[in-house]
Amino acid sequence: MSDHIAKAFDVDLHDLNRMVAEMGGLAEKEISDSVQALVRRDSDLARKVIATDPTIDALQLEIEEKSTLTIARRQPMAVDLREIVGALRVANDLERIGDLAKNIAKRVLATASEEFPSQKLIRGLEHMTSLVLSRLKQVLDAYAARDLASALVVWKSDDEIDAMCTSLFRELFTYMLEDPRNITFCIHLMFCAKNIERMGDHATNIAETVHYMIEGHPITGPRPKGDTTTFEMAPARG
Amino acid sequence: MDALVDTERNLTAAAASQVKVVARNVNVHYGDKHALKDVSIDIPANAVTAFIGPSGCGKSTFLRCINRMNDTIPIARVTGAIEIDGQDIYDRRLDVVQLRARVGMVFQKPNPFPKSVYENVAYGPRIHGMAGNKADLDEVVIGSLKRAGLFEEVKDRLNDPGTGLSGGQQQRLCIARAIAVGPEVILMDEPCSALDPIATAKIEELMDELRENFTIVIVTHSMQQAARVSQRTAFFHLGVLVEEGPTEKIFTTPQDRRTQDYITGRFG
Ligand SMILES: Nc1ncnc2c1ncn2[C@@H]1O[C@H](COP(=O)(O)OP(=O)(O)OP(=O)(O)O)[C@@H](O)[C@H]1O
Ligand SMILES: [Mg+2]
Repeated sequence: MSDHIAKAFDVDLHDLNRMVAEMGGLAEKEISDSVQALVRRDSDLARKVIATDPTIDALQLEIEEKSTLTIARRQPMAVDLREIVGALRVANDLERIGDLAKNIAKRVLATASEEFPSQKLIRGLEHMTSLVLSRLKQVLDAYAARDLASALVVWKSDDEIDAMCTSLFRELFTYMLEDPRNITFCIHLMFCAKNIERMGDHATNIAETVHYMIEGHPITGPRPKGDTTTFEMAPARG
Repeated sequence: MDALVDTERNLTAAAASQVKVVARNVNVHYGDKHALKDVSIDIPANAVTAFIGPSGCGKSTFLRCINRMNDTIPIARVTGAIEIDGQDIYDRRLDVVQLRARVGMVFQKPNPFPKSVYENVAYGPRIHGMAGNKADLDEVVIGSLKRAGLFEEVKDRLNDPGTGLSGGQQQRLCIARAIAVGPEVILMDEPCSALDPIATAKIEELMDELRENFTIVIVTHSMQQAARVSQRTAFFHLGVLVEEGPTEKIFTTPQDRRTQDYITGRFG
């Protein structure tokens, strides 16, 4: 990455990496805070998550500006061009992760008076979240270290989260059938679970980007898929 | 029936990637200096091939081998083989003047003759006896100026001196002069390095049109220019042809570390 004859180019690329790392840190925090707010029924924390989202958006914008400027100024080739395209793509995934966390936080506010039907459900959500978080952390480290092997580990493990999401869905259905008064809250929880699963998909995207940056071509072969919940996202109210 | 179809397909494929110039183990010495080392390459017809590489790596030296311009340098010694359409161009019986009509050259600095615009272009066809009368010659001159994208700009001053044109116009005049003798191959050694971006864009556009009928080889120091105009790119370093292939491959995923370092600006 470093050792260009034009040192200022190294500085540009270094700045881009730093901004992506900063965004990554924020996105990780948004994930854990949003789910914490959900399981603890904590409206203040939910509002904090919502308030942090514009910072992530602003960082993405900054990365886009820096990238276009660097492309215009340096006309990068080969690995250098992929560095910049990679930063743009990772920033895009992180911004989406921020949106998904914000969406969970909004559902926390919309369902403030509701209680969880079971502890098991909470543990399920927390478990899934910690898995997504560890994958995101690993892939962001792989991005920073340009570690292809580590990125591929993340890429191959997406089906685990998908399977957890499917099992959470089954459980939620049971509660809805048991007592119709559970239905509204359970549907919100389904969306939250789906949001967490989507965050995992973005981690997979980042793994693909790391592969592209290092190898210069996309990963071939289908994505591992353990998810059977085809569930389109509806915007949260509030 | 099937066999016939197959044969046709093979012929088409061969025509599409027809090789115009073949170089094998070309070495050039200037006195004691070994400037070009064992260069072998196939240059396809109807395509633009770009030669890139750091200053002094031998790009111009190799370009000059293709029309035997190195013959004019007393200390230069060329070995190896170069064929155009299967014909050995270093064959003793070959007429070098004829060869240079088949292989035209455009230089870094536009170098029009100190004559009129018209005479600059008419000179070649005249000495090669390619135009029987004034009407034929007019046709060749105007046709060449048109193909070089210059005619509209100079049609009212065909009798003014060529040296009075702008740099970009002079370069297109030199291209018109090169194509007037009906060459098959056009060699260009940094043809745009003295031109502004607009004049450069015009020459690049021209190359793209000319490649339909000619085989073009261009030496350029601009990676972006090579990426824009060429279909194949060859990277030279210290007299060695390091890597050669489809342009998009060389500029996105080069195989050799030296190529990568050069195109990304990492050479010390
Ligand atoms: N007429 C000559 N006499 C002696 N040495 C020469 C001559 N022409 C070139 N050389 C040497 O041969 C080597 C290759 O030169 P050449 O001009 O082919 O390089 P190049 O790749 O075209 O460089 P540039 O990008 O600067 O034009 C250089 O070391 C140069 O000094
Ligand atoms: Mg040269």
